[in-house]
Amino acid sequence: MDTCKHAAMARLVKLNTRVDHIKEQFFIRNRIAEENRQRENAAAIQIQRWFRGCQVRAYLSHLHRKATVIQKTWRGFTARKHFRQRVKTAYFLMKMNFYNEMAVKIQQRWRGYYIRKYVHNYYARKMYLEALAKKNEQIRSELEELAEHQRRERARAAMEKEEQEKSAQAQRLHFLLSTKQCPGVFNSPFRPEPDEMELRLRRVKPLRVRSPPKQARPSNQQPSAALLSPEKLPPIHKTPQGPFRPAVEVWWQRQRPLEPSLRTATSITALEEAREELRRHEWRTRLIDQPFLPFTNAQQNRRYEALLHTASPYQQSEYGTKHFREEERGKLQGKKPFKTVFTTCHVFDKFGRLYSSAGKIV
Amino acid sequence: MSQRQVLQVFEQYQKARTQFVQTIAEFATRPQNIETLQNAGVMSLLRPLLLDVVPTIQQTAALALGRLANYNDDLAEAVVKGDILPQLVYSLAEQNRFYKKAAAFVLRAVAKHSPELAQAVVDCGALDALVVSLEEFDPGVKEAAAWALGYIARHNAQLSQAVVDAGAVPLLVLCIQEPEIALKRIAASSLSDIAKHSLELAQTVVDTGAIAHLAQMTLNPDAKLKRHVLSALSQMAKHSVDLAEMVVEAEIFPAVLACLKDPDEYVRKNVTTLMREITKHTPELSQMIVNAGGVAAVIDYLGDSRGNVRLPGIMMLGYVAAHSENLAMAVIVSKGVPQLAICLVEEPEDHIKAATAWAFGQIGRHTPEHARAVAAANVLPKLLGLYLDTQCSEDLQVKAKKALKNILQKCTHLPGLEPLLYEAPSNILKHVICQFSKVLPHDSKARRLFVTSGGLKKVQEIKAEPGSALQEYINAINNCYPEEIVRYYSPGYSEALLERVENYQPA
Repeated sequence: MDTCKHAAMARLVKLNTRVDHIKEQFFIRNRIAEENRQRENAAAIQIQRWFRGCQVRAYLSHLHRKATVIQKTWRGFTARKHFRQRVKTAYFLMKMNFYNEMAVKIQQRWRGYYIRKYVHNYYARKMYLEALAKKNEQIRSELEELAEHQRRERARAAMEKEEQEKSAQAQRLHFLLSTKQCPGVFNSPFRPEPDEMELRLRRVKPLRVRSPPKQARPSNQQPSAALLSPEKLPPIHKTPQGPFRPAVEVWWQRQRPLEPSLRTATSITALEEAREELRRHEWRTRLIDQPFLPFTNAQQNRRYEALLHTASPYQQSEYGTKHFREEERGKLQGKKPFKTVFTTCHVFDKFGRLYSSAGKIV
Repeated sequence: MSQRQVLQVFEQYQKARTQFVQTIAEFATRPQNIETLQNAGVMSLLRPLLLDVVPTIQQTAALALGRLANYNDDLAEAVVKGDILPQLVYSLAEQNRFYKKAAAFVLRAVAKHSPELAQAVVDCGALDALVVSLEEFDPGVKEAAAWALGYIARHNAQLSQAVVDAGAVPLLVLCIQEPEIALKRIAASSLSDIAKHSLELAQTVVDTGAIAHLAQMTLNPDAKLKRHVLSALSQMAKHSVDLAEMVVEAEIFPAVLACLKDPDEYVRKNVTTLMREITKHTPELSQMIVNAGGVAAVIDYLGDSRGNVRLPGIMMLGYVAAHSENLAMAVIVSKGVPQLAICLVEEPEDHIKAATAWAFGQIGRHTPEHARAVAAANVLPKLLGLYLDTQCSEDLQVKAKKALKNILQKCTHLPGLEPLLYEAPSNILKHVICQFSKVLPHDSKARRLFVTSGGLKKVQEIKAEPGSALQEYINAINNCYPEEIVRYYSPGYSEALLERVENYQPA
């Protein structure tokens, strides 16, 4: 410690010796410092500025780099996310479109089917109308054919009938056929060619007039010699000459049964028969046979007793009481009493009425 | 006096009576004698003769009475008032077949005139006696009875019901099956008369199985029988769908078309009536007939016949076309429209024209295509002519108007519409202009044609009230054209131009 105190005392002493110098030095140095201070300060600021600038720039660039990294990462992340989303959407859309397309296909098939089936089918209608037109044609032609057939049938029947009538006429008029010697009415010599009827007459065979059917003669007549003879003489003419009606027709007319009118068909004795029937009926149904006799005037009820000479026990003669004409009862036996039957003969019904004397129809 | 002399008096009397009755019966056949006979008091003289002892006289008296009653309803009424009917009815059950025939003839002659007389016949109990006579062996008696029943039934539903209630229908159906053609005819006609009044009566007839027997006879060669058979079938088919289907099910259909070519006019008419009655019910039945070629056959029939018998054919086409557009098209395809147009021109009678106009309305109202077919046959001006003709009946005018309206509302065939522009009254013109206003905006060729044919000019000349539908249509047409064209065709344009020339000041 003492050494220290001695050193310090030494130094203080040394220093005391050099105080002036120091003072001087102090001022000198202070001045110099004062002279350089401005410059040095500017320099220091320059240095600091640069340094600080470098420092901050380095920091900023560092920050920028970090930010870029962050940004890059984030952007990548979001972009990927977005992309994934878009892909998803696109896929979904694609699917939707596909489904829609398919649905449209199904719908169009179904709608087509449904409409065609239940609402309207254009082709079916067209086909139907075509088929209908064809069917119509067919029906028309068939009906036309049928009508034509019927028409022909009718015409044929009419023609046949006419032909038949004409030939019947020709048969009846066969006697008008012209001969070599004299021309017939239908073969006028003043005409170039004979009438159609003439040709027909030539073609047609005359009616064969057959003899009427033989009838068994009533047995009470004497058999004639002609009938008994086995072979008859041949007839002179095969057919009778002249405008005779066919024998069959004549025979039929002769043998025609009576065709009484309604009036004549009624029995003329209808009244009598009815009266007879009534009487019988009364007799049958009568309960008391004895007639009722009134009894007030009993003598009137007595029966009339005939005189002896007018009454005979056998038979009263009716002559003089009922008739005055002589009757041969025996001869009339078996003969039916005469009855008036009012048959009219049709042939003479119109006699004298149809034709007047002048030959005109009344 | 001998017995003969006494009897001779009777004989003479009987002869005189017979002759009297016969002569009267003879006279009664000629209409010119009837009045004289009536004035001479023939009724009161004939009446006791109906009770004569001689059957011949009775029959002839009945015959004479029948002929008299047949002549007019006064005489028929005299028969009723003379209390003759009960005698006849009584003897109808008692006497022989000739008398039955004559008595049935009198009843028929009386019943034929009016419902009241027929009712009088029914009231005196004739139905039962007639029905009993239907069971007679003799076909002549059956025929007379069936005829009388038919005449009674034809007046109204009540009388017809009375006939049905008397049990006549099954016996009539039996009569159809008899071999005699005349009896068949009369029985079929009676059935037709019974069935025509109401559904119930027709159903009663059908229930006895008449359809099968009638259907068999549709191809019988006898024309008159065919007439009655077809008429009976149509009377049955007309009431309801079910009955019509039953008639169709008897399988008459393609075969019966052959009757359309029958020489007898009424057979053809009745076939057409039958088809009309069947088609009018449902589209299906119409379709069936169309498919069988019935429409074509009927159209041919329309071509072959003249006058009133065309009417059922025309109506049948109308009914078929009314059901659906397909069926209407079938009528068009079968060339029905030109044939109907011919009918419209040829027929002089109003009711046929009215039916034709109605049929056209039914054909043309479905689609533009249908309306085009009708318009192309140049029918519209004719319909318009009928509508405007003051001499036509009111019914015809109404029908023509309705048909025009129906067709016009669908028609887009402008050449067909054009003539109507110049002639139609405003209520028709409205529809015509409406159709133009619908078509012109979409069809440039038609616009051009419309101008060159002078249609536009005509449209400008129409005076329409502002705000009315007609004005709107006209505006719609005007909008299809450049303004100067419209102005060029407006009436009074030349004056306006000249005025402008006068007012023009040259610079």
